[in-house]
Amino acid sequence: MFPRLACAIAGVTLSALTSLHSLSVQAKAPVDPGALHTDALQDLFFGEALFNAYQDNYVDAIIGLDTELKQHRLLDDPERDPFRVHFGQAEFAVGDLELSYRMHREAGRAMQQVLQGNVAQPIKNEAAYRLAKIHYQKQQFANALHALELIQGRVPERVRPQEQFLRARVYMQLGRFEEAVALLEDLKGEKSLQGFVEYNLGIALLRAGETEKGVLVLDGLGRNAGSGTAAQALQDKTNLLLGNQLMKAEEFDRARKYFERVQLSGPFSDQALLGAGWVEANAGRFDRALVPWRMLKQRRATDAAVHEAMLAVPYAYGKLDVHSTAAVNYGEALDLFGEQVDVLTRSITSIREGKLLEALRRKEARQVKNWVVELRKLPGAPETHYLLDLMASNDYQEFLRNYQDLNDLYERNRDWLQSLDAFEDIIALRRNYYEPILPGLDVAFRQVDARIKMRLEQRARLAARIDNLLVNRRPELLAKSDETEARLMLAQIREILAYNPSLSSEETEDRIARLEGILNFRLSREFDDRLTTAYKNLQELDGVIAVLQETYQRYVRTRQAATHSYEGYSDQITSLRAGLNRAQRRIDQLMARQGSMLEQLAIHELDQRRAQLESYQIKARFALADSYDRANELQERREDERKVEEYREQADQLQQAEPAVNPDGELLPTDNPPELEAPAPEAIQDAADGEGAGDA
Amino acid sequence: MRRILITLATAVLLSLSVLASAQNVSREEIRGLDEQIQDVKKDVIGLTSELNRLEEKLLFPSNTQAAFFISLAGAASSDDFSLESVEVKLGDQVVAHHLYTYREIEALQQGGVQRIHTANVQTGTHPLVVSYFGKSKSGKEYRGSASYSVEKAVGPKFVEIQIAGTQSAIHFKDW
Repeated sequence: MFPRLACAIAGVTLSALTSLHSLSVQAKAPVDPGALHTDALQDLFFGEALFNAYQDNYVDAIIGLDTELKQHRLLDDPERDPFRVHFGQAEFAVGDLELSYRMHREAGRAMQQVLQGNVAQPIKNEAAYRLAKIHYQKQQFANALHALELIQGRVPERVRPQEQFLRARVYMQLGRFEEAVALLEDLKGEKSLQGFVEYNLGIALLRAGETEKGVLVLDGLGRNAGSGTAAQALQDKTNLLLGNQLMKAEEFDRARKYFERVQLSGPFSDQALLGAGWVEANAGRFDRALVPWRMLKQRRATDAAVHEAMLAVPYAYGKLDVHSTAAVNYGEALDLFGEQVDVLTRSITSIREGKLLEALRRKEARQVKNWVVELRKLPGAPETHYLLDLMASNDYQEFLRNYQDLNDLYERNRDWLQSLDAFEDIIALRRNYYEPILPGLDVAFRQVDARIKMRLEQRARLAARIDNLLVNRRPELLAKSDETEARLMLAQIREILAYNPSLSSEETEDRIARLEGILNFRLSREFDDRLTTAYKNLQELDGVIAVLQETYQRYVRTRQAATHSYEGYSDQITSLRAGLNRAQRRIDQLMARQGSMLEQLAIHELDQRRAQLESYQIKARFALADSYDRANELQERREDERKVEEYREQADQLQQAEPAVNPDGELLPTDNPPELEAPAPEAIQDAADGEGAGDA
Repeated sequence: MRRILITLATAVLLSLSVLASAQNVSREEIRGLDEQIQDVKKDVIGLTSELNRLEEKLLFPSNTQAAFFISLAGAASSDDFSLESVEVKLGDQVVAHHLYTYREIEALQQGGVQRIHTANVQTGTHPLVVSYFGKSKSGKEYRGSASYSVEKAVGPKFVEIQIAGTQSAIHFKDW
């Protein structure tokens, strides 16, 4: 019995160990919240990029920030642009967003530029940290460490814990567990990394050989990782890890309590139930092992742990000598395996028909929680429960996202190509509308333009005259029309009198002089008031001219806008259309390659599961036959025993009663019949010899 | 029977190494494909950026452009308020009516700004009426409505509409 159990336990524990290596990778730190956050928003378009980024709409966020950065760099006077406040942050944010959009090379280049630029050391430190993050995500751990070593002094406070945590994980990946332990010890209590630090610390301690310390740390996390679904999942994962670890160390009693701590409804419950059963089975308590295993048997028929339980349950019954029940359970297992083999075969066919990729392209599926599971509900889609482990792996997730990104880009480009057609229609409409009316408008505009220019010149002349009056007082220049007319008439009278002196008289002279005097006196007396009025009138005229100039500018801009609304686009549109078509062809090819990779991996996974189930089927058939044999053997043995017992009882009764005599008066035999006595070896040998002699 | 569980154990191991072995075979191919995907992403982002600018130039030239943005006033402290819908009326016409998704609400609460409407308007004064509806965590409903006069000059016009949810108020800011 023990070798079988030992192998099974080894399988479980080794699986835990295999995953142990990748646990530190999976337990990622939360996204750096400081990269995008801003307390005082100074630019609406930066805010719009944040709005997109916070919804994981990375493409729009990157495009928005990229455009703002380009425009800001092109400004003659960037100090006047409110975006300047966010400029540095935006450069980092673009790198971060590119990283989130899996554009590691671009993000890496952006960070390298910052590192090589003439910037302050804290900014370089932050860039080095982000570059290290990129390398870490690409599983280039030595490069990640090299980037971290570029950090001199302290990194900015808001990313310091993340930087330390990243460094610790890099050390773990490079096998430098003691250094990782030291860093993680320092990080204990960091709220933003709650749970993740303890988890990695526990693993680092285990890997560093400090098993008891590691168990202690993980034990604390397994008792209370915090509230919320994610924390609960981490707690369960920790307990499962500890259970497997202790089972490996053959500390079965300690392992039991960790398996028991795992929630019965959580994602790790199946593995925990399986582990709990093996703990009991190892201790020889097969009746107790049956409790978790039977519970597990009732669960989802696609789970590997359930499949294992389907065989483990009859195995335990067999150990309890209940071979008939074992046989029944093996029969159930065979039925289930058969059904699931059919499901897997259908799923493989469905993937080969392209149904998986078709389902992955559906956007609405991604809107719901657990969309991967939901995919199976689509008609003809494969059974995705078998693909959950595969789909949860980092690499497959990356392929999946790349495929979906490509699909999104393809659809975006397709929409843009349609938009370009619409743009061309708009441009044609505008051309058809404006081109006939613009020449007439231009003629009218030139007339208005000439008139406006003339008025502007008049205004300039008036202004110059008024300015001149301030220096050179000439009241007659401010005379009203009737006064000017009167002055002209008086001057004319004087000319007539000078020409014809016979008409002149003293009285006439006096009268003309008096009239001129009155006129000059009035002009002179009212000069200041009139000059003030003239100024005011000029100011009013300025107002009118400002309106005129605004109208003029508006007209000019509208005229320009009209022209610009249909001219100069054809080259740009042609170039963009060519670019989009090129991109579409490339995306199409890349999607086909990425899709094929996704399909191959999925088919490979399903094939393996099918092969596994087929192997289970073979084993179950043998075990079923074996159980039947044992059950029959047992039944026969029990029947024999029953008969023997009956005979003994009869014999006892005979011994106690009067000795029976036969009709001849001879006593009946009271000892056992010879076939119920175990023959002595010599007797067997003699019998054999006798038979041989007889034959001879 | 003896081999059944041995097979179980090996199967567990096999299943774990499936992806690893499948990937190791074509690791170089994966890397090459990934780099090509990154290249095409970069190109498409560049193209889209240019297309966006072209679209803005064609459809919303600067002399007639007016854009309206929604933000939450005191976004960091407004976790208690959840914006459900916003309606924007420019002149006599409803130009935008938006129902918010959970992610959009979160993005606004974190300080994001949503461009709710871009319009083409003539220079001059245009009446703007904004109304919203939202809820607190406890389920209490909040409504607010406010008017504003948009003074459109020759250049583009940007108006931020700040929603102060639990105060049932709206603030306007010209940019």
